[in-house]
Amino acid sequence: MELLVEVEALYARYAEFLDEGPLAQWPSLFVEEGSYRAVTRENVDRGWPLALMLCESRASIEDRVYAIENLALTIPRRVRHVVSGLMIREEATGLVVSANFVMFETLEGGSTTCFSAGRYRDVLVRDSEGALKFLDKTSIADAALISNSLVIPL
Amino acid sequence: MTELARNWTTNGTHRVPYWLYTDPETYVQEQRKIFEGKSWNFVGLEAEIPKEGDFKRSNVGETSVIVARDRDGAIHVLRNQCAHRGLQVCRQEYGSTRALQCPYHQWTYRLNGDLSGVPFMKGVDGHGGMPDDFDRRDHGLKKLAVARRNGAIFASFAPDVEPLESFLGEKMLKLFDRVFNGKPLRILGVSRQRIPANWKLMFENIKDPYHASVLHVFLVTFGLFRVDNPSRTEMDATGRHSALVSRRGGDRTASVATQETASFREKLVLRDPRLLDIVKEFPDPATVVMQTIWPNLIVQQQANTLATRQIVPAGPEAFDLNWTFFGYEDDDESMKARRLRHANLMGPAGLVSLDDSEVMDLAQRGIHCDNTGNAVVEMGGHGTEDHDHIVTETAIRAFYSYYRNVMGL
Repeated sequence: MELLVEVEALYARYAEFLDEGPLAQWPSLFVEEGSYRAVTRENVDRGWPLALMLCESRASIEDRVYAIENLALTIPRRVRHVVSGLMIREEATGLVVSANFVMFETLEGGSTTCFSAGRYRDVLVRDSEGALKFLDKTSIADAALISNSLVIPL
Repeated sequence: MTELARNWTTNGTHRVPYWLYTDPETYVQEQRKIFEGKSWNFVGLEAEIPKEGDFKRSNVGETSVIVARDRDGAIHVLRNQCAHRGLQVCRQEYGSTRALQCPYHQWTYRLNGDLSGVPFMKGVDGHGGMPDDFDRRDHGLKKLAVARRNGAIFASFAPDVEPLESFLGEKMLKLFDRVFNGKPLRILGVSRQRIPANWKLMFENIKDPYHASVLHVFLVTFGLFRVDNPSRTEMDATGRHSALVSRRGGDRTASVATQETASFREKLVLRDPRLLDIVKEFPDPATVVMQTIWPNLIVQQQANTLATRQIVPAGPEAFDLNWTFFGYEDDDESMKARRLRHANLMGPAGLVSLDDSEVMDLAQRGIHCDNTGNAVVEMGGHGTEDHDHIVTETAIRAFYSYYRNVMGL
């Protein structure tokens, strides 16, 4: 039960950094060799490796954050991640966690829409200080069709 | 009642009327005259349907089509509409089958579109059935003309369309064959996005290198695309196709070219430089070639990311952009990993293309209720000739010269 609370806290932080900020804190939830992928179910089902976002290290996750905040031209928006139904399995590589996610999006001046729904398939490990972090995070979106632009990670 | 008929009243194409991006009647005419006219529409890559019986769904204009590989290796493109009551026969994006069957009354078609089975065609116990003059041969799925070139598949509703090679023209064919060079392709994946803008804005975006050198801070900062890079903008003889060809500059220091780019960041470095770990793979020195092929295809080579982008109109004020990222079968694992990494630049979350989908949204919002205004398309003059630089909108003007001709506007 304690482990579940600890995992839940990590996912709550994940949503907090993406939704409320600071976005620059989001990479700190990954270990240095951690990776992040946002993919669609269509590609997964066909065995195609393409990702919408692919970060193969915490450094590249930081590059993505820098680009979102400083380089990309985007219409101002808010997003909100809702995570539920955490499933946890202990394996040699780490904790294998899956969960449902929904991401809502609100463009400035617009109403809230459901931007994406899908499944997280993650691997968590403990860093040198014993804190749970993502070694690998894969966000699999059910819909292949993206409503215009994917700006904030799933 | 006032007359609603639209007229493009100005001469030339250095002014483009805003109603062109919103008018429903113009949109309907475009479907008929452009997408269903004498043009070759890109519908997919052969590597998406590698085995006999494989099929995918695609579109010609808005119209849904099935692209299927038959047992003899032939590729058929069929309208995805049952000859009986008009249902979409195929509901999967991809699949493999021996026959296509409509779910409603189970009319069954061969992969070449021929109608092979109609339940109770002869009636039951002497009751019902089709009339004696009903001939299955008259009721197949609508078959489109098909052209294939080095792994790319095109289709046309016009049986008398010219051959694909002359449709592309010598200059554009050469650039097309640069990426589609006959080596077997390996699909890396697809991305799809619905962009809330008129479909022509997508072509304009790619035909407009002027914006790329100011809007795309990422490209400019890392020298992937800058006005002082050696570049050219060229068209086929008709102006309907075009290509932007450019070479990455090694010099990342500030210059005249970046002084006017407000957000140029000279000192920016990537924390994980593998994102721009570019390997030269084509014999010519170009590092980016963006080719637009009338009426629905963009062929992208930027760094080591290769992709087709298919434009599917979805009403006057939206379109779907279907990206297919690919490499070659003989890519080693490191090249495959590189292509996937470079794909971060493109697609619905692309570090570069993200700017474009957002800008097109803003463009449509701005144009939406303007029935009288015009876009100004004068960078590089009023003409439609090739330029040996990219400070120009000549390819947009050339596109609309051909467009006016086809549309009779």
